[in-house]
Amino acid sequence: MNLNDFLLTKYAGLKKLNILRIEIQIFRNQLLNKNIYLILIISLVFAISFWIGFNVNLLPAEASINAPIYDELFKILFIIGLIIFIGMTLAVIYSLFKFRKRNDQIGDGIALEGNLSLEIIWTIIPSIIVLLIGLYSYNIYDRMGGMKELNHNHEMMSSNAEKIWAGISQTSDNEKAINNLSIEVSAMQFAFLFNYPKGNFISGELHVPVDQKVSMKMESKDVIHAFWVPEFRIKQDIIPGQPTILNFTPTKVGKYPIICAELCGPYHGGMRASIIVEEESDYNEWFNKNKKPEVNL
Amino acid sequence: MTISIDPQKTNNESLQPKGWLRYFSFSLDHKVIGIQYLVCGFLFYLIGGTLASAIRIELASPMSDFMPRDVYNQVLTLHGTIMIFLWIVPVVNGAFGNYLIPFYVGARDMAFPRLNAVAFWLIPPSGLMLVASYFVDGAAQAGWTAYPPLSITTPQSGQIIWILSVLLLGGSSIFGGINFIATIIKLRRPGLKLMQLPMYCWAMLGTSLLVVLSTPVLAGTLILLSFDIIANTGFFNPVLGGNVVVYQHLFWFYSHPAVYIMVLPAFGLVSEILPVHARKPLFGYTTMVFSIMGIVVLGLVVWAHHMFTSGTPPWMRLFFTIATAFIAVPTGIKFFNWVATLWGGKISINSAMLFSCGFIINFVFGGITGVALAQVPFDIHVHDTYFVVAHFHYIVYGGTVFIIFSSIYHWFPKVTGKMLNEKFGILHFIITFIGFNLCFAPQHWLGLNGMPRRVAEYDPQFQFVNQISSLGALLMAISTIPFLINVFLSVRNGKNAGDNPWNALTPEWLTSSPPPVENWEGEAPLVEEPYGYGKEISEQK
Repeated sequence: MNLNDFLLTKYAGLKKLNILRIEIQIFRNQLLNKNIYLILIISLVFAISFWIGFNVNLLPAEASINAPIYDELFKILFIIGLIIFIGMTLAVIYSLFKFRKRNDQIGDGIALEGNLSLEIIWTIIPSIIVLLIGLYSYNIYDRMGGMKELNHNHEMMSSNAEKIWAGISQTSDNEKAINNLSIEVSAMQFAFLFNYPKGNFISGELHVPVDQKVSMKMESKDVIHAFWVPEFRIKQDIIPGQPTILNFTPTKVGKYPIICAELCGPYHGGMRASIIVEEESDYNEWFNKNKKPEVNL
Repeated sequence: MTISIDPQKTNNESLQPKGWLRYFSFSLDHKVIGIQYLVCGFLFYLIGGTLASAIRIELASPMSDFMPRDVYNQVLTLHGTIMIFLWIVPVVNGAFGNYLIPFYVGARDMAFPRLNAVAFWLIPPSGLMLVASYFVDGAAQAGWTAYPPLSITTPQSGQIIWILSVLLLGGSSIFGGINFIATIIKLRRPGLKLMQLPMYCWAMLGTSLLVVLSTPVLAGTLILLSFDIIANTGFFNPVLGGNVVVYQHLFWFYSHPAVYIMVLPAFGLVSEILPVHARKPLFGYTTMVFSIMGIVVLGLVVWAHHMFTSGTPPWMRLFFTIATAFIAVPTGIKFFNWVATLWGGKISINSAMLFSCGFIINFVFGGITGVALAQVPFDIHVHDTYFVVAHFHYIVYGGTVFIIFSSIYHWFPKVTGKMLNEKFGILHFIITFIGFNLCFAPQHWLGLNGMPRRVAEYDPQFQFVNQISSLGALLMAISTIPFLINVFLSVRNGKNAGDNPWNALTPEWLTSSPPPVENWEGEAPLVEEPYGYGKEISEQK
């Protein structure tokens, strides 16, 4: 039984049917009109936000196994943010137009001091959204390897007594990535140096083979620096007196910038290096060319 | 609650200068001190703004070609320090707090008028000292965060003067905070209940609690840092076994609450402005009070989100993620309540209202990027990039500075008895709003794509977007011109405002404009419903 029939049977004896029919029609139209506009606007806001979220790319190329995971989180946050921002902005602009004081108006607006159920709704819904975002970003962080035990597979340096401060320990399900490449990074004003202990040489450029897990132990010689590769979506401060660890797995052959992201002095803006991700054969060629024999004393 | 204070009686009145000279005196009148804070803060805003323009000129080209690199670092350090400690904190707390709080609680002055004057007079010398340090041996160049070991290894004189100056400003802030707490709790007019206070009182109570709890930590930290610099101690010096990350924890224990010290008073001010110009009661008074207190409590336990890349253990990263993201809930409640305050009102679209609405839009944007930045995996990519620069300028400029302007348009008639020109005001708003968004919105993209903050040079592919940003900065600089013209013209020749041009109900409008020395000719009025628009008390007016 729909609303129309229900009301008709209930009030059939009280009012003439045709008048009642018109009244119901007007009431339903009003209700429908208001809700239709609201639903229309909300779905439009959602549609625009999703369209922008999926079609506007604000991020650089993806070149590590971290990057697509990061971009997934970014897309979700971007869409939720757009919905809230567009919604709030529309509400403010609509209020300014709809409720602006016309010249002939005097007096005040309605004396509405609050609405408990409305206030409960806009406390609980944001709490749930924030909690879900938090859990989701925990999941993302875990997938990036953020919650894994930190270990630096380095034969020479792995003394347990040494205090190692956390970085990101990214591991991959990819079988090839098990083969770790260990590198020691030292940063100073205003350069990065990359020590390849297996080859017993130091390089100013970071060469790594594609699809292999790289494990870096980083320490600064002077002030705080940071190791940032935007295409990898990773960053870790390099701290004097406290080694930090950063693990990553590059997935795309190419040359990417390594950027110092912590103010370290006058030439901070110029403190750059390059990371060159190459096929394993190219990497081996480069490695063997630079490799030095162990010095026997 | 029958403490009566009478500062003018205890102070020989004939010794207090009259007229404009009183603004240059050790006046004990809270209204004079409030204006002193505002004008002093605005002068430093112009200096800080000039420094910002220098930064944007340097960044209009990818090479470091406008000024030497070490000068660039001094400029960005001074810009940050001046804008935070000499413009925003003194103005939203000191200026409006001193002017309004005694009216709102129905008192004739602040609880400690002499302490109040001391708190203000600490600011000009420490500010001048900070600016003058440039001419000694170069100003501090380790950023406003002064992270060791960089702050230990850069030229000492600039860094030491910076520390002394920030210590004095922190002291001034603590004096102010104690004074506000005492005034709000103890000087309320008999019969006035806490839950009848205008919202700005609650905002200042929360802010002052944060000031009193966290500023001493900054002071202690900076004193230890100065020992490291002058006395070769090793608290934060890794060469001597010190720990640089401990400094960051201590520093952010103050400096994150400092964000709320800059923003909560603005939340209070906008809660006063919106109901008046929308002719509607403030929506959800009680939830507003609780959300302020919620922000205060949460604000004290989120500091480590500034250190997600500093080498923090995973559990700590997670705790601070969740705590930080949850601040969005009480903050969100306030924004929904303000929009609900507008809804169904009779809104006068004037400069004060436009700046307040601009604040809502800008701050919502900054808040959304804030929730994103709270997520560890998100932050690890954009930490210390232009994304962060864009985010916090949306909060402190798009948020707080917009509200400072809104408040100036709103209370100018009360302070001077003259109206500001609306045409100039709306022009000021339009240029500021466009300039601000043009300057800072593109910086999000720069940060995401690989431009770190605090650099004098960058990759050529970022040049076009940086030039758009610099164009926005130019518009922001231009926007102060109509504002200054407006103020100077209106002080002299403005339309007479009358006592209550906005027909507002909060207590400061129930006295003459400008108000007499002790605020009211007779008894302070008892205002039980400061937001009673649309009710009988409002209709009677």
